[in-house]
Amino acid sequence: MLDTSGHPTHLPTAPGVGYKPQHFQDILENPAPVTWLEVHAENYMGDGGRPLAQLRHLSERFPISVHGVGLSIGGEGRLDPDHLARLKHLCGWLLPASFSEHLAWSTHDSHFMNDLLPLPYTATTLARVTDHIDEVQEALGRRMLLENPSSYLAFVESTLSETDFLTEIARRTGCGLLLDVNNVFISATNLAVDPRAYIDAFPLAHVGEIHLGGHDEDEDDHGAPLLIDSHGREVADPVWALLDYTLQRSGPRPVLIEWDADVPDWPVLADEARRAARALERVAA
Amino acid sequence: MSVCQTSFHDALFDRTTAVPPGLCDGVGQPAGRRFNVYRNNVAVSLTEALEHGFPAVRSLIGDENFKKVSGLFLLQTPPSIPVMMLYGQEFPGFLETFPPLSHIGYLGDIARLEQAQREAYHAADSGSVAAETLARLSPDALAHTRFRLAAATRLIRSCWPIYDIWRFATMNGAPKPAALAQDVLITRPEYDPALHVLPQGGAAFVAALLAGNTLAEACDAGASDAEAFDLSAMLSLLLQGGAITAVETED
Amino acid sequence: MSNTMKTIAIASAMTAALAAHTAPAAAETKEKCYGVSLAGANDCKAGAGTTCAGSSTVDYQGNAWTLVDQGTCSEIDLPAMADGTERNGSLEPLERDLPA
Repeated sequence: MLDTSGHPTHLPTAPGVGYKPQHFQDILENPAPVTWLEVHAENYMGDGGRPLAQLRHLSERFPISVHGVGLSIGGEGRLDPDHLARLKHLCGWLLPASFSEHLAWSTHDSHFMNDLLPLPYTATTLARVTDHIDEVQEALGRRMLLENPSSYLAFVESTLSETDFLTEIARRTGCGLLLDVNNVFISATNLAVDPRAYIDAFPLAHVGEIHLGGHDEDEDDHGAPLLIDSHGREVADPVWALLDYTLQRSGPRPVLIEWDADVPDWPVLADEARRAARALERVAA
Repeated sequence: MSVCQTSFHDALFDRTTAVPPGLCDGVGQPAGRRFNVYRNNVAVSLTEALEHGFPAVRSLIGDENFKKVSGLFLLQTPPSIPVMMLYGQEFPGFLETFPPLSHIGYLGDIARLEQAQREAYHAADSGSVAAETLARLSPDALAHTRFRLAAATRLIRSCWPIYDIWRFATMNGAPKPAALAQDVLITRPEYDPALHVLPQGGAAFVAALLAGNTLAEACDAGASDAEAFDLSAMLSLLLQGGAITAVETED
Repeated sequence: MSNTMKTIAIASAMTAALAAHTAPAAAETKEKCYGVSLAGANDCKAGAGTTCAGSSTVDYQGNAWTLVDQGTCSEIDLPAMADGTERNGSLEPLERDLPA
């Protein structure tokens, strides 16, 4: 689907990858099976230079998803108007097929912590996140997707489940959801719940994109497994199985492979995307 | 028991602070070291950002020292905006005032040179002025013209051999720096910052241009700084680096 | 130098610089985009460290400071050129005003 200026307005229900500059040439010459790309918004907020030139060049050939990592939508304070303006500028010239952000906070008192921090799920935080998403969607003039986090701990004060929280956010704001299946597996393992029960409770009709990535294994003080969302290796087999389980219920969706640390050569990343393509074929058949 | 973001934030930055109560694992036990995942993510990701930004400083003081210095710097000066590409503006000054490193007198200037390269890399694109435009100016108009320089242009003046030290720290087989002062001009002809060691009087000339002076005034600044000032060589350097984007002539 | 002389000197310097300057061939956009990319620093991965690595990776206690290893600066011998010293000065013994 294209808008009036010829830009795609939706991501294809096909594999995409997180764009890394070292893959620029490979992607232009041999992209298959990758049909779309995702970039982290904040890395394209410079004034010019090669990063913007590469992104402009790629956007003429591939649908682009802009994935923000710094808006602090779950923050107690108000959204940073300067950062919102930077996002608006980026989305304004790039006209990406999708914009997404995280259910997390990362800024406090003008300190940016460069990490996605967790928030409790209560009536208070629900109201705050709702307001923030309304503000983002109004500023950008578009619907956004909100991503479920990886959790390493929980808040005693939470009164809502994460799936109920996200369902209610989507209902109140009209935003879509980005379902990170690796994050579901990580959080479910870390908080001792059943990942399939999480998927069963998730409002899959609102899912506009699915993320997959690799994780590392650690332990907590009691020897319980603690998975870390490292994005530094292949997607784990149980996560692929959870993707199948999800797609059987949701139907085909755009599926993205994230690989942010120890980034491999293009053929390795393309193989991961190929595996995602096969998972999509299984539900299309 | 609610956990406000102030106490979460404070505990992230101060390991002597206890993990905020009210955080738990999946079965209601205190979160304990699970909280360290976040502490670690903050510290490691900001340290990595500095490692990417300051490879020469890292090489000069060594990996372990760099990690320790970064760990202190990020506590004192965490990023103030969510755009990480230029994080570390205050790092050069921090290195200069940090007693355990103050015996390495050039460290701050090397960090400044690295920060300037990143700024140049991300600076706005600009086309260079056509040679014909410059050739057409009458001698009088040329003397009174003001050059608009590319946004990527950076000038780093130092009383240390900063270019030679930077090269020695980042390139295999580079010669050892000799004792001399070096001023460096950074241009960005396409997308890659280019470093030029300036001849005598060159830095005074470029500084005058950057301050918005006319070519004649900048020429005076160069000549009064060094008798051997070579205007033609400086103009060649600016043209070659695509640094002159427009000329403003006085009416 | 009179103003006229200076004006003529500037003009001839420009003529010489322009004569030596050859405009680089315009590269294709794609080719210009190739080349070294400085790593972007924003992403949404969790840090390489794990729960226990964190406490050893970064020393939060800045009081007791020792430099633990040596980098390439130990191979550089330069005189202390603090502000005010001769900019092109001759080699002098390295002054270490503070112990490492």
